[in-house]
Amino acid sequence: MSLVDETQKLNFTFDGKAYQGHAGDTLASALLRSGVKLVGRSFKYHRPRGFLGAGTDDPNGLVEIHGKDVCEPNRQATTIKLFEGLDAKSQNRSPSLGFDVLAINDWLSPFLSAGFYYKTFMWPKAFWEKVYEPAIRRAAGLGRLIQEPDPDHYDKGFLHCDLLIIGGGPAGLMTALNAGRSGKRVILANDDFELGGRLLSDPIEIDDAPALDWVSKTIVELRSMDHVRVLDRTSVYGVFDHGIYGALETKTDKIGAPGARMVLWKIYAKSSVLAAGATERPIAFPNNDRPGIMLASAVRTFQNRFGVNCGNATTLFFNNNNALSTISDVQIDVRSGRYVIDTSGRKALNSITLNDGTEISTDCLAMSGGWNPNVHLTCHKRSRPVWNEERACFLPDTATLPPEMIVVGAANGAFTISEVFESAVTASIAMDLNPGKTPKTQGPNFEIQPFWHVKSKKRSWVDFQNDVTSKDITLAHQEGFSSVEHLKRYTTLGMATDQGRTSNVVGLAVLAEATGKTIAETGTTMFRPPYTPVPLGAFAGAHKGQHFKPTRLTPSHRYAAENGAVFVESGYWKRTQWLQRPGEQGWRDSVDREVVTTRSSVGICDVSTLGKIDIQGQDSGKFLNKVYVNTFSTLKPGRCRYGLMLREDGIAMDDGTSARLSDSHYVMTTTTANAVSVFRHLEFARQCLFPDMDVHLISTTEQWAQYSIAGPNARRLLQKLVDQEHDISNEAFPYMACANITVCGGTRARLFRLSFSGELAYELAVPRRYGDALIRALMKEGEEFGACLYGTEALGAMRIEKGHAAGNELNGQTTATHLGLGGFVSKKKDCIGKVLSQREGLIDDNGLRLVGLKSVDPNQNLTNGAHFINDNDPRIAEHDQGHMSSVAWSPELHCYVGLGFLKGGDKRMGDELWAVDFVRDHHVKVKVVSPHFVDPDGERLRV
Amino acid sequence: MIIHHPLLGPRDSAEFIYLGDASLMERPDPKAENAQELFYKYLYLRDNPAGEHKELWYHEQGDRSWLILTRNTVTHEITHVELARRSK
Repeated sequence: MSLVDETQKLNFTFDGKAYQGHAGDTLASALLRSGVKLVGRSFKYHRPRGFLGAGTDDPNGLVEIHGKDVCEPNRQATTIKLFEGLDAKSQNRSPSLGFDVLAINDWLSPFLSAGFYYKTFMWPKAFWEKVYEPAIRRAAGLGRLIQEPDPDHYDKGFLHCDLLIIGGGPAGLMTALNAGRSGKRVILANDDFELGGRLLSDPIEIDDAPALDWVSKTIVELRSMDHVRVLDRTSVYGVFDHGIYGALETKTDKIGAPGARMVLWKIYAKSSVLAAGATERPIAFPNNDRPGIMLASAVRTFQNRFGVNCGNATTLFFNNNNALSTISDVQIDVRSGRYVIDTSGRKALNSITLNDGTEISTDCLAMSGGWNPNVHLTCHKRSRPVWNEERACFLPDTATLPPEMIVVGAANGAFTISEVFESAVTASIAMDLNPGKTPKTQGPNFEIQPFWHVKSKKRSWVDFQNDVTSKDITLAHQEGFSSVEHLKRYTTLGMATDQGRTSNVVGLAVLAEATGKTIAETGTTMFRPPYTPVPLGAFAGAHKGQHFKPTRLTPSHRYAAENGAVFVESGYWKRTQWLQRPGEQGWRDSVDREVVTTRSSVGICDVSTLGKIDIQGQDSGKFLNKVYVNTFSTLKPGRCRYGLMLREDGIAMDDGTSARLSDSHYVMTTTTANAVSVFRHLEFARQCLFPDMDVHLISTTEQWAQYSIAGPNARRLLQKLVDQEHDISNEAFPYMACANITVCGGTRARLFRLSFSGELAYELAVPRRYGDALIRALMKEGEEFGACLYGTEALGAMRIEKGHAAGNELNGQTTATHLGLGGFVSKKKDCIGKVLSQREGLIDDNGLRLVGLKSVDPNQNLTNGAHFINDNDPRIAEHDQGHMSSVAWSPELHCYVGLGFLKGGDKRMGDELWAVDFVRDHHVKVKVVSPHFVDPDGERLRV
Repeated sequence: MIIHHPLLGPRDSAEFIYLGDASLMERPDPKAENAQELFYKYLYLRDNPAGEHKELWYHEQGDRSWLILTRNTVTHEITHVELARRSK
């Protein structure tokens, strides 16, 4: 009576050899049925290994699953649901699993004890990185990482429920049934692909019938309830704050299958029931790691669930009566005083030797050293389990469990089926659920006599996955690593992919014996999420490649793309960097043309990415006075003003212009980069600092398409589009004017006479949906002037020519004084940052000041980031005079121009010094000039 | 974490931006004689309690309210949430 469907055959390969299994098999059960007992090599000694467990507990059977070009390492063969075409390979062996040259390590084991890396590879020091570490990494280790992108899709989802039940064994099923019948919204997360837990493996009767009958009935009823959701193959890996649980659902193990391979769920649960079961413990006796030595529960699982016999002659070695349901030929009960002192058989077990000298021929040794409740998830919120002497196990500490969590079944130490149902009923009553009729079960009470390890000069394995033996633990103690946390890190006990599922408690017991303390005094290490491994791909979900972050496109994007635009990423935005026209050889050709066209006729630039904040209310002006260094309450409606904003520590935060559309209505612009943080800052000021002001804010960055139209022909071009009734002549609409207007026959628009380039310029904004139409209209009407669209490079070149500070200058380290804007700071009013901007170190007369720089030899280029050193000083940091922050080729001046911060720079006009750039090995003699290279008096702005 | 927004009910903390100690609400008087000293303390000196802490959170992916939470920094238990603008 097994759960595999023998009529349905599935073909698979292991290490290249073809095998057949059945539907319902795991890779492990299919391999064992085919007679494959040797499935892996151990981490350090390369010892031959077979399966120890039959499920999530197995430390030995780690394999790679292969896809077309990639493979996934470190997967437990015992949890891989067999599928047609599965291609699996063993790990950590060379050249083959049967013959592994590094098995020599097993003979060298006296030199490979705990901490041997630290002791052996001390010197020469330089050898660690180049020689020792690479060699050790090749020799020791589990799977290999393939340096290829993961071809699979991963998804994420969010679920809400009244009750999350973790575990689909008898305790979980019973609680789910009670909760479901009581009308609760239930999620049942079961890490196996079959519901039933130990009922699938153990010969148990419920209501005088095989337990599987009860399981089938229960599943049918649960699946019939719409408010109960069963998540198969879903492992809850973490308990987080306020009822949030992380879970990983495996949809398929196949690589490259259509759809999502795994789903990472974030589950919001009002309460939870932990029914995670328990894990059987091995016993540490000499050579207890040979293929064929297994946990008794694993032998039962393979036998009953999968119909696979693990051996022809099975011996049972146990210390508790739970193991007695294992079918065996010979029984060795530690309570009789007999125990195993050695085993033989290199690649498979042949025989065992007992302490009374008896040698028994056996090819399967089923061992049981007791049970460890799976308490891990109870500890993610700082709870520590407590030792229970009677059951010889750690139990959850009910006083400090995560809020709203109840633990039932074997996870709470209920090791018999009667106790499991009792605990589920008790929990149901505690949660006000109708407990229903308790299923009828029988059997003896649980009995155990602790038995941890057999003392010997030979090696007895404790942690099978990291090759830690009881000798390593006693050695660690002798060398002073006696606290559990030190022991763990020194020996690597419990640090492999299974996180010590089978080994931790045995290790603690061996340590406790060595230190003469009790296990309770010794305590456990801290359990942290994730309880089970979660692939990074699942955390990333769909957020990879171009979907790693959102992309924002400007209103002119389509037009620009059609016209040779090269785009640059600016935050989430893709902005036009320049537009390449036929015949242009490199980016400089395009950028120079854009600058020259703009300065000589007219150029258009998409400035929609600038942050736009709509500010309304009676106190808007007063509010702006607080956030800007200069005064805005006196600004007349219909006018704009440049504003500089400080952080409270006095450092410049952002700059931009604000326009006053009416008495109680302003529109602020911010830089592209700071649009979000400025808005957050303004909301902080509004709600937290000045809550009594009548002022309201809303971001309208996305709502307006805004174009800068710059150059001597800017007005003539605009006049072709602006509706007749709006007079935009220089007299009616002077520099720094703003107005609500209409364009193109009635389309609502805003016009601002602002200039970043230094030319006669306007910014025209229309509702976003007209952005594409407007850029096409502007370019068409601009044809007669030879108008061009220009990108961020030309924008940058022109602002440097004009001496405007931008991101390179507002870099989070500069004050208004440094920027040459000290005069902007109003003396009549307070503003955010004003008090601390006056700190001694920030107002030093000889502090950094923004200056312009030109190369003395006009043929030399300037480099950004170069440091200034006085002519005859040594070129070392001690003599640093400041640095170059922005450079550009000026098509207007036919030379490079730069902006930089120079100590006492405002008093050093005309000085010559060196711009020293060791990174590019480029040192240039530069002359200090005004930062306003082009049109210093601003005449072009006002014509 | 889940934050019980006074206007919007329970919301995932991922919707919020954390700022820090709610003492940032108490901006000193810029006209005070020792204003620089007061602002220095206001901006740079913070308590770092293991236990109850009043702190500012901004519902950026929501209604843009600034909230004051009383949160236990050890257990993450949130015992009180209020709108910052109502706290003055």
